[in-house]
Amino acid sequence: MQGFLALTRRELKKWYKEPLLLLITVLQPLIWLVLLGKAMNLRAVFGEGVPPELANQLMLRSFGTTDYFSFMATGMVSMTCLFTTMFTGFSIVWDRRLGFLNKVLSTPVSRASIIFSKILYATLRSSFQVLIILGAAFALGLRTGPGFHPVYLLGVMLVTLLLCVTFSSFFLVLALRSTRWERPMAMVNLLVMPLMFASNLFFPTQLMPGWLRAVASINPLSYTNDAVRQLTIYRLNTGALLKDLAYLGLFALAISSLSVCLARRYLSG
Amino acid sequence: MRENIIKAEELTKVFNGLRAVDRVTFSVREGEIFGFLGPNGAGKTTTINMLTTVLKPTSGRAEVCGYDVVKEPEKVRRSVGVVPQEYTADEDLTGYENVMLCADLYGLPREEAKRRALELLSLVQLEPFKDKRVETYSGGMRRRLELACGLINRPRVLFLDEPTLGLDVQTRASIWEHIRSLRERFGMTIFLTTHYLEEADFLCDRIAIIDHGRIVEEGSPSELKDSLGGDLLTLECEGNGVEEVLRAVEGVKEVRREGREYRVKVSRGETVAPLLLGMLADRGITVRRLSLTKPTLNEVYLERTGRSLRDQEEDRDGILRQRVTLWRARR
Repeated sequence: MQGFLALTRRELKKWYKEPLLLLITVLQPLIWLVLLGKAMNLRAVFGEGVPPELANQLMLRSFGTTDYFSFMATGMVSMTCLFTTMFTGFSIVWDRRLGFLNKVLSTPVSRASIIFSKILYATLRSSFQVLIILGAAFALGLRTGPGFHPVYLLGVMLVTLLLCVTFSSFFLVLALRSTRWERPMAMVNLLVMPLMFASNLFFPTQLMPGWLRAVASINPLSYTNDAVRQLTIYRLNTGALLKDLAYLGLFALAISSLSVCLARRYLSG
Repeated sequence: MRENIIKAEELTKVFNGLRAVDRVTFSVREGEIFGFLGPNGAGKTTTINMLTTVLKPTSGRAEVCGYDVVKEPEKVRRSVGVVPQEYTADEDLTGYENVMLCADLYGLPREEAKRRALELLSLVQLEPFKDKRVETYSGGMRRRLELACGLINRPRVLFLDEPTLGLDVQTRASIWEHIRSLRERFGMTIFLTTHYLEEADFLCDRIAIIDHGRIVEEGSPSELKDSLGGDLLTLECEGNGVEEVLRAVEGVKEVRREGREYRVKVSRGETVAPLLLGMLADRGITVRRLSLTKPTLNEVYLERTGRSLRDQEEDRDGILRQRVTLWRARR
């Protein structure tokens, strides 16, 4: 436990001791939020030359909210997590190259601690960004659903945690054996965009072709976005939310266990 | 008789068909400084990695401090310290923070860790720089910091992988001093790898020369040097019957004449030379010049690594030259 905390503290120090890095961490979600959230004005596309009443109904039917910015902003939560956790894999490759990993492996600290310290670091960093996203979204006019209560935001943080554990474990697994960062980099490049588009992040899945909907229905991003939206901009459907949480929880548990097993087996040769 | 603190039997590691370490058997006694000497890629680091449980052996077995490296890795890790070849300290953290990080990895209690960290930082003379980021440290300071990290758990065995690689002469000498004082202060067993012959000669009680993953020679530095046939005395004499006199002296192994010069191979040059001078003077032979050359590990090294190639290759000298070139290029 002590070793695990020490390794996490090391990662955190590297982050908050670097003012530029910290600034970028704050700016990045804001830029995404403003850029994507405000650039894609789907409301205008749907509502052009249509009476506002009808436009609202059209929007509500497809997006579950009348305001596309709110739909998008809530999607930014999962996107930020994805973008932050994808670097977890590189950090283990870097540790390996610098010899730091070998040094840690020669100490009694458990292999699980090495993995979980990376996961916890990515989660804390993402959570920090999610808080900024939420703050900015509200400031920019997020339209909350009927019956919204600020306490629901704790739920958003829980969802963030589950998603970050899932994705950081996943990206760690990809990089576990790598001695060069190019390979995990290429993998990340290959996977990130499809992961985002094959989900309800930008667009509701019910309007997608069947095969894509099938992909989206196993994509943890879809469950995250739905859970976040249930908690903020939709009228809360407890059943749907619990289903999302259960799926994300199981996914996080499964993939983090897998990454620890693989780390025991493959971190050393 | 001190007990063996490291025992390796037929230790082997194969990477994608390449036998990096090939059936290596050796043992290190408690309190000894034992050196693995060999060119880059000979299998030195791989051996350290297996002994420190970072790599699993492909076959064979090894025990460190009485614990099997495969079956009881946890216990091995608790009893050893490792100073890797690379600078592994985190550059973004201070020296003190790095040592404390290592202490936490060993699960040391907070107060104890602080005490030891400060003690070790002053031991390696980094006390004044302890709150500076490691990125501001010089190569020698980093190496000393690695040393402090490797000592935080008071290991019974310390593994040093190329402890002076890439350091200047002064820094290297100071690291050597540190290593020697560790043994004196803590009675620690030290296993080090190096490709610097003079380093092995200066520091080690015993040396194993490793090449292509196999141990080609093992013994104390003086044993290894003796195995070459001892010291070389070169004399310039005037008079008759020099050769007969020389051959009669005890300890003389071989006499060769080249013009007025006599090249004499003896086992202990400094004791045989005065004897020899006396005998020659008794016979009325004047000695104009005398020089004594001690064999270096360099020659042993080339002799041994060369010999292993001789049975495969015709052109031994060519191979030797190539090896020397390679060896120099790799420094």
